[in-house]
Amino acid sequence: MKQKQSTTVLSQQEIAPGIFDMWIRTGLAAQAVPGQFIGVYPRDKSTLLPRPISICEADRGRGALRIVYRIAGAGTEEFSHYRQGDSIEILGTLGNGFPLEAAKGKRAFLMGGGIGIPPMLELAKCLEAECKTIIVGYRDSRTFLRDDLERYGKVYLATEDGSVGTRGNVMDAIAEGALEADVIYACGPMPMLRAVKVYAQEKGIPAYISLEEHMACGVGACLGCVVKTREVDHHSHVHNARICTDGPVFEAGEVQI
Amino acid sequence: MNTQVEIAGVTFQNPVMTASGTFGSGMEYAQFVDLNRLGAVVTKGVANVPWPGNPTPRVAEVYGGMLNAIGLQNPGIDVFLERDIPFLKKYDTRIIVNVCGKTVEDYVEVVERLSHEEAVSMLEINVSCPNVKEGAIAFGQRADALFQITQKIKRHARQPVIMKLSPNVTDITEMARAAEAAGADALSLINTITGMKIDIHKRRFAIANKTGGMSGPAIKPIAVRMVYQTARAVRIPVIGMGGIATAEDAIEFLLAGASAVSIGAMNFVNPYTTLEVIQGIEEYMEKYHVEKVTDLIGAVGE
Repeated sequence: MKQKQSTTVLSQQEIAPGIFDMWIRTGLAAQAVPGQFIGVYPRDKSTLLPRPISICEADRGRGALRIVYRIAGAGTEEFSHYRQGDSIEILGTLGNGFPLEAAKGKRAFLMGGGIGIPPMLELAKCLEAECKTIIVGYRDSRTFLRDDLERYGKVYLATEDGSVGTRGNVMDAIAEGALEADVIYACGPMPMLRAVKVYAQEKGIPAYISLEEHMACGVGACLGCVVKTREVDHHSHVHNARICTDGPVFEAGEVQI
Repeated sequence: MNTQVEIAGVTFQNPVMTASGTFGSGMEYAQFVDLNRLGAVVTKGVANVPWPGNPTPRVAEVYGGMLNAIGLQNPGIDVFLERDIPFLKKYDTRIIVNVCGKTVEDYVEVVERLSHEEAVSMLEINVSCPNVKEGAIAFGQRADALFQITQKIKRHARQPVIMKLSPNVTDITEMARAAEAAGADALSLINTITGMKIDIHKRRFAIANKTGGMSGPAIKPIAVRMVYQTARAVRIPVIGMGGIATAEDAIEFLLAGASAVSIGAMNFVNPYTTLEVIQGIEEYMEKYHVEKVTDLIGAVGE
């Protein structure tokens, strides 16, 4: 059940330049699925719309959600100043999440690029696969969430400046490590997702990619955040699926990116 | 206290509706809002065939509001009749169907398909969407074109017809009078105001369509002014909208002369807005001892 709630910040810290790690108290943690997101509302009413931010971790026992986000504009800038005990309004949980069953008995790649890395943590926690290979790409040596990820699988790093791991991107890390998988889960910038799609097609394996788009409502009503689909979408009856509700996770072959 | 209003012979349990395109056909918001409590659900625009809409990005935030250029993506009248009308029928609220088209014939086709739908109380004709290249706005920015399409639609419509007006005109009262003269039963306004946003870092338009329709609280004073002018210029009822976020906003529109109001972009911000506005209007009526909500319509002192 989607809900808008007023809740409180449990903690916040900057874990890399411009990248913030916030825990929020919310009962929505109980229903959170890896790959889902929440809408976070700025208090400044000149910035009206909820900011879609992926769920990095859900602590169901404590009733808390963790989000790790980058300052991208006025809204996220405002969030970055929140401290423990501050109130925060959220809408959630939104989106479909990653299909966990697709990894049963299989070797899975969990691939994250930049600010697409956070949802890979909750996925790594929840996914039951024969083998979890986590491949993450950063700009430089500020490899946020690396320690968390290492608790759930073997982590391969790529950095643009070559300071840690493979020099280049996540695809270069796969090539360098001669890594193999039967199924891919990925979130990251569009060029990365395009490369993942091509790679998965060449290998003949499914790839579940999490997409991003500017959105207004987050609940499927405004039709702002669509992606072109291969087949006619069941809801829209045209070749458009709503990223906020039909996604954000799609099998790569289903969408035109 | 009586919150009922009547528009073109149709009674509404309260004057609060949803603005077309901001509420789908109610399905997405039914989990937040008890649709039975709304005056009416005004549906997303529906055409004779499915429309794919515009490329993305389709939405952008602006100061106190947003721009959109969805391009009237809709599944077409067949799906609408099979899926959306049966869904809405389950609720005790009025259904107003927003109709869009590229040609007069497109509009007439949809209007005729809806003519036997008892559950549809009124039609709202979208001649004011700024985001599609053909049809729509082309009919809404010239008084003679608006007159003609209104007249043709009225000839085929079984339900009362609301013409939805664009604010992107020199004189909205001229358009309002043309629609009234052609037989429109009511008017709704304002549709979005054409705007533009440029991403200075990427040096690109924030919206793929370059221009988009602006909505949200920032446009409210313009909408209140236009509703006031229009309500004084015509005898038919006016449904007011444009940036309504609170009951106070809605009451301004009623006082300016609107017989009912619609909540638009604020549904995206706070899915409970419609209910909060209904409750707030009741509290206002109680506080100021207003027995009938109709007593507020046009009641601003001169």
